[in-house]
Amino acid sequence: MIAPGSRAGARRRLTDRVMGWVCLAAILVAIAPLASLLGYVVVQGAPALNWAFFTHLPAPVGEPGGGMANAILGTLTLIGLASGVGVPVGILGGLFLAEAGDGRLGWWIRFTADVLNGLPSIVVGVFVYALVVVPMHRFSALAGGLALGVMMIPLVVRTTEEMVRLVPSSLREASLALGIRWWITSLRIVLRTATAGVITGIMLAVARIGGETAPLLFTAFNNQFWQAGLDQPISSLTVQLFTYSIAPYDDWHRQAWAAALVLMAITLLLNIAARAAGRQRFTVGR
Amino acid sequence: MMLWDHAIASALAKGEAIETGVPSQLVVEDLHAYFGRTHAVKGLSLDIAANRITAIIGPSGCGKSTFLRCLNRMHEVVPGARREGRVLLDGEDIYAPSVDPVEVRRRVGMVFQRANPFPTMSIYDNVVVGLRLNGIRDRRVLDEVAERSLGQAALWDEVKDVLARPGTSLSGGQQQRLCIARALAVQPEVLLMDEPASALDPASTLKIEELAKTLRETLTIVIVTHNMQQAARVSDSTAFMLAGSLIEYGPTAELFTRPKERQTEDYITGRFG
Repeated sequence: MIAPGSRAGARRRLTDRVMGWVCLAAILVAIAPLASLLGYVVVQGAPALNWAFFTHLPAPVGEPGGGMANAILGTLTLIGLASGVGVPVGILGGLFLAEAGDGRLGWWIRFTADVLNGLPSIVVGVFVYALVVVPMHRFSALAGGLALGVMMIPLVVRTTEEMVRLVPSSLREASLALGIRWWITSLRIVLRTATAGVITGIMLAVARIGGETAPLLFTAFNNQFWQAGLDQPISSLTVQLFTYSIAPYDDWHRQAWAAALVLMAITLLLNIAARAAGRQRFTVGR
Repeated sequence: MMLWDHAIASALAKGEAIETGVPSQLVVEDLHAYFGRTHAVKGLSLDIAANRITAIIGPSGCGKSTFLRCLNRMHEVVPGARREGRVLLDGEDIYAPSVDPVEVRRRVGMVFQRANPFPTMSIYDNVVVGLRLNGIRDRRVLDEVAERSLGQAALWDEVKDVLARPGTSLSGGQQQRLCIARALAVQPEVLLMDEPASALDPASTLKIEELAKTLRETLTIVIVTHNMQQAARVSDSTAFMLAGSLIEYGPTAELFTRPKERQTEDYITGRFG
């Protein structure tokens, strides 16, 4: 052992402290861009937020004023449609993988889901364009919702599987031993116990797709007015932000910042809600 | 030596004679159970008497829990598990192709080593879950069943005012009695208990043992235990298993005082185990 007072000991202590500082510096370097991003968006976007932003439709090109009420509603509508596709398929798929996915089929499904998770979102957009938009001869909210839903599925499947696997097998056994059928056990006992975690997974998936732009460019397109029907193009915060940012009008640039801020706020709220849901009900019932 | 003395004392105190004429509720014929390649239960044949408590004893890993799980078709739930042989419940093979395993499990209930009440449900919901999830929703029927089952499990007085509390808010011994009530609610003919008191303190253990003796009047009980004194205190017949095979089976008093097999004697006197 090296004696504490020796020169070797002193060198070690110094190295230890230096490494500590290096790690701290690394973290700061990593967080700096994120923090400055947040700060910049808040500084640029907050002044442009006003009541009109949340309640008015976009003004005609060139005229100042107007808002993004339809875009906010549009994003929420698209998230709702996407959830209608992503949530049931994702939960049931995840449940299948957790209960019966230990063989070759399960391995392939899991592998495919993981690959799809990393798929560029623009590819999903083009896929839904070819599948839905071309036959329908129009852009629509349904197509947009489908594209986002397809992106949600692998996320929800994997998180649901992980959460269901966390449920102790003793609960499943207790239920089966009572003479309760396997599928009822899966849905009403196992899945119910994993509910909090599953909800967390869904909210995180929603936070992810809420910020997607590329797939919407090919499917939902954009709409300067209120939604006329689900088979019509629909506005969304992300596409509107895109459109306004590359336009030559200053007023639109400011509104784009505001849209970015609102989008970030929505994502933040969803993440907080996901953590709150995840913490509450796991082991203590009712 | 202490173990041996206590076992003898308990067995003699009961003064059991060999029982004849008691019908068999469960008849096991040449049962083999496998986990993949592992041969866990090797050619076991046994008659379990109705309205009696049968104990299965043996060292860790001898296959007693596996054997128990074969009696209510829970063994096949484990992936890779299979069995050969027959188990007759009231004369009918529970493993016949036309038999629904879910039906078997309703008639043969099980209580596990660790109490496992459903965490998302209240005490009341836990007790009636076996009926509710099988379609019975009439509140009056469920209330009646809950009171009866909790009464049978000697838990009613302790929880009757707090039925809405989560099942997991009870103490360990109470949770285990809750699980017993839950199993009793579906009115099984046989109750299998897999080391039900091994995770409990002595006071709760005693309560569970007394409960078993009361339940004997309406049910057949098969209890797996690694605690020989418990087997001696509680059971009418005892089966000793070793490495998957049945070594000896007979009335408890006899097995503990005049064991026929050398291995039984060695186990009971604590030479191994």
